[in-house]
Amino acid sequence: MTAEKRKEGSFLSGLLRNQIFIPIAALLLLAVFNLLADPSFFEVRLGYNNAGSPVLSGYLITIIDCGTELAILAIGMTLVTAASKGQDISVGAAIAISGSVLLRILCGTESRPESLHAPIIVAFLISCLVAMAFGAFNGVLVAFFRIQPMVATLILFTAGRSIAAWINNNELPIVTDETFAWFGNYIPGIPIPTPVFIGIAFFILTWALLKFTNLGLYVQSVGINEQTSRLNGLNPEIIKLGTYVLLGLCVAVAGFIKVSRLSTINYSVVAKDIEMDAILAVALGGNSLSGGKFNMKTSVLGAYVIQFLTTTLYKFNVKSDALSAYKAVVVILLVVLSAPVVREKISELFRKLTASGKADAKA
Amino acid sequence: MQERSLLEMRGIYKSFPGVKALRNVDFTLRAGEIHALMGENGAGKSTLIKVLTGVHIKDEGNIFLKGHDGPVQIHSPQDAQNLGISTVYQEISLCPNLSVAENIYLGRGEGNFVSWKEMNRKAEKLLDSLGIAVGPTAQLASCSIAVQQMIAIARAVDMDCSVLILDEPTSSLDESEVARLFDLMRQLRERGTGIIFVTHFLDQVYEVCDRITVLRDGTLVGEYEIEKLPRVQLVSKMLGKELDDMADIKNDIPVFTDRKDTPVYEAKGLCSTEGIKPFDFTIRKGEVNGFTGLLGSGRSECVRAIFGADKVTSGKVKMDGKDVDITKPIDAMKNGIAYLPEDRKRDGIVGDLSVRDNIILALQVIKGFFKPFTRAQANKFADEYIKLLDIKTASVNTPIKSLSGGNQQKVILGRWLLTHPKYLILDEPTRGIDVGTKVDIQKLVLKLASEGMSVTFISSETDEMLRTCSRLLVMRDRKLVGELTGDELTQNTIMNTIAGGERNDG
Repeated sequence: MTAEKRKEGSFLSGLLRNQIFIPIAALLLLAVFNLLADPSFFEVRLGYNNAGSPVLSGYLITIIDCGTELAILAIGMTLVTAASKGQDISVGAAIAISGSVLLRILCGTESRPESLHAPIIVAFLISCLVAMAFGAFNGVLVAFFRIQPMVATLILFTAGRSIAAWINNNELPIVTDETFAWFGNYIPGIPIPTPVFIGIAFFILTWALLKFTNLGLYVQSVGINEQTSRLNGLNPEIIKLGTYVLLGLCVAVAGFIKVSRLSTINYSVVAKDIEMDAILAVALGGNSLSGGKFNMKTSVLGAYVIQFLTTTLYKFNVKSDALSAYKAVVVILLVVLSAPVVREKISELFRKLTASGKADAKA
Repeated sequence: MQERSLLEMRGIYKSFPGVKALRNVDFTLRAGEIHALMGENGAGKSTLIKVLTGVHIKDEGNIFLKGHDGPVQIHSPQDAQNLGISTVYQEISLCPNLSVAENIYLGRGEGNFVSWKEMNRKAEKLLDSLGIAVGPTAQLASCSIAVQQMIAIARAVDMDCSVLILDEPTSSLDESEVARLFDLMRQLRERGTGIIFVTHFLDQVYEVCDRITVLRDGTLVGEYEIEKLPRVQLVSKMLGKELDDMADIKNDIPVFTDRKDTPVYEAKGLCSTEGIKPFDFTIRKGEVNGFTGLLGSGRSECVRAIFGADKVTSGKVKMDGKDVDITKPIDAMKNGIAYLPEDRKRDGIVGDLSVRDNIILALQVIKGFFKPFTRAQANKFADEYIKLLDIKTASVNTPIKSLSGGNQQKVILGRWLLTHPKYLILDEPTRGIDVGTKVDIQKLVLKLASEGMSVTFISSETDEMLRTCSRLLVMRDRKLVGELTGDELTQNTIMNTIAGGERNDG
């Protein structure tokens, strides 16, 4: 009996130390809050949209739909953070660029073309290449010129949205082709938003990449000890550069979904502040922002927690201007809670409580 | 407490998840003595020191300090410092970009106002009184490691410490620097400071210490006066067994220089960016040779050039008679060369990664990015080398940084043995490692050589090299100045060659 209890205690304190604890706890907290405030938050309804095809709607659907871009970016951001001990703050601007490239290729120079100028897949692949090239630009600055990641990516952060506007001569082309809108909305007849499927496909690809290559080992090794990695035959510069290029790919996919949602782009607003959310997702996932070991699953979960938070705030009619302030409060709480010092204290407190509980039981 | 005691630790217990690090350990330090704390890796030396300095909190037991009634509570390094217990660690924990004086007075803010002039003057006086030849305004990073260590000691002394702990202070010093450090320690002993000295060098213990406390497997073996404990006795107490096999090791090493077969590795005019003079080097199958010379003589730079760890600027390399191009570590690895670096912490371990990942790293890199080992394969490799090298670790998932130094070294050794190299380079594999492991590593080197592996062995301890190497290459001032084989392999000839004196060829 006592042995069982002790086991239970160690299981709980083990859970407290586990990296997945914080994002899960945050998620539960948000869920409970919504449950108490308004249970209708969890309702999922089947309805029909204007075109008459079935669609699922509800806040939960919104979360898994709109969280896709963030989760995809969090994957790339996790790798960049682990290898280069810093973050890329230019992903929002880079999304504007890749989205703009996408539109330029689909629409040519027309602002509202009758038909697409190129197949969607071609446009997408080219936008991938462009985004990866910009990722490589950041990566070269970080890996070879040894500039701090935040400073290096500040360049593109500042210039990116202007470059995006310049690519389309500052016009806002609109894609009228319906199939293009499928990727960011619904495919007729399928009630689940398409981004969810794109997200799942992307996660499977990431999982396979980590499972069937040594990306994880190399990236962590370089992030923890560059010298040792070099003496074990790795090329730290190339590996760091590689993570930025991969983040570029994530940017292109996220940009593709973003543009497809509206069939157009607004250079100054698209994916605004998304870099901060992506970095936050990494941190919320319990990954050290100073690099080294990483856990991809918790980062992705962290991204959805943030989306959950955003959606909750929207539901309570928080204005989008004020959103950041509310978010900040929650973020402070989460980050402080996930700090090792605090967690250590909490698990200590927990141990004490169970110990006194046992003593009481004995008496 | 006894009359002369400065510090008494009684019945100390400390355990970590899965390990009982200290069990009922007593320790007594008297005023004006240098007290060696000895034990193998994992014996509990570091844990005891950390309990004393408040890094770890003891589970049970009492600590008494002179001038305090009843047991004192030490909950943080700050507590320890306030009680007059100071520590100088193996790795210097000062700020390299600040001046010497700033480092001495940093973080001891008496008031918020700092008079630089006053501070420098005080620092100068302090350094003078301790005979440390360095200006107070010099930047710390510009001082040698030895001087930095002494500055760390000066800082401790100035904080009125009565108990000074020196944790492996000599492992990165050369002989003359060690001598200076010992002078300083003796001076402090005269003043009545109690010094706890942790080291792996037996010679040094017998040179400066008054008393020895031996720990083994987390328990106290005993406390001895130095005159009453001969060296062999000490070693056997540390190991817990009679040490008869240390003398047996080697002495029938074959001589290789006459053989005419193709060398495993041959370099002509090899030179790197690290300022060594171009050198020629050959090693044959099954041979063990070594580079010797003073610290900074270029012996490490030579092997780094062989491995491609530094940028190679010139030279022709042949392996098994075929020309090869080795410009970076991966080239060397693919040609069957393995290199265990000198600085384990900086160049050897990947601290946060598990023992398993650390063991498979090199082989995995050779195998390639797209061919990862399965978890089962990796575990099998790790288990194999944990067993073979007797690595003490809780599991293969334990992060390597939580292992003791000797066990970390064994993991790195395992990593390279796993690649089944033709030619193994070991740069100071026994530094900071206990006697038992040292002997193990020496034996292993000879065993590997007898199985046909070529080994280059570098060590600061000459007798270790004499015991294992059949040929010694002597370095002086970044230049290869001599090669000793056969009868020339004696302490005397080595010293003479290093010093550049006349060599007795007869």
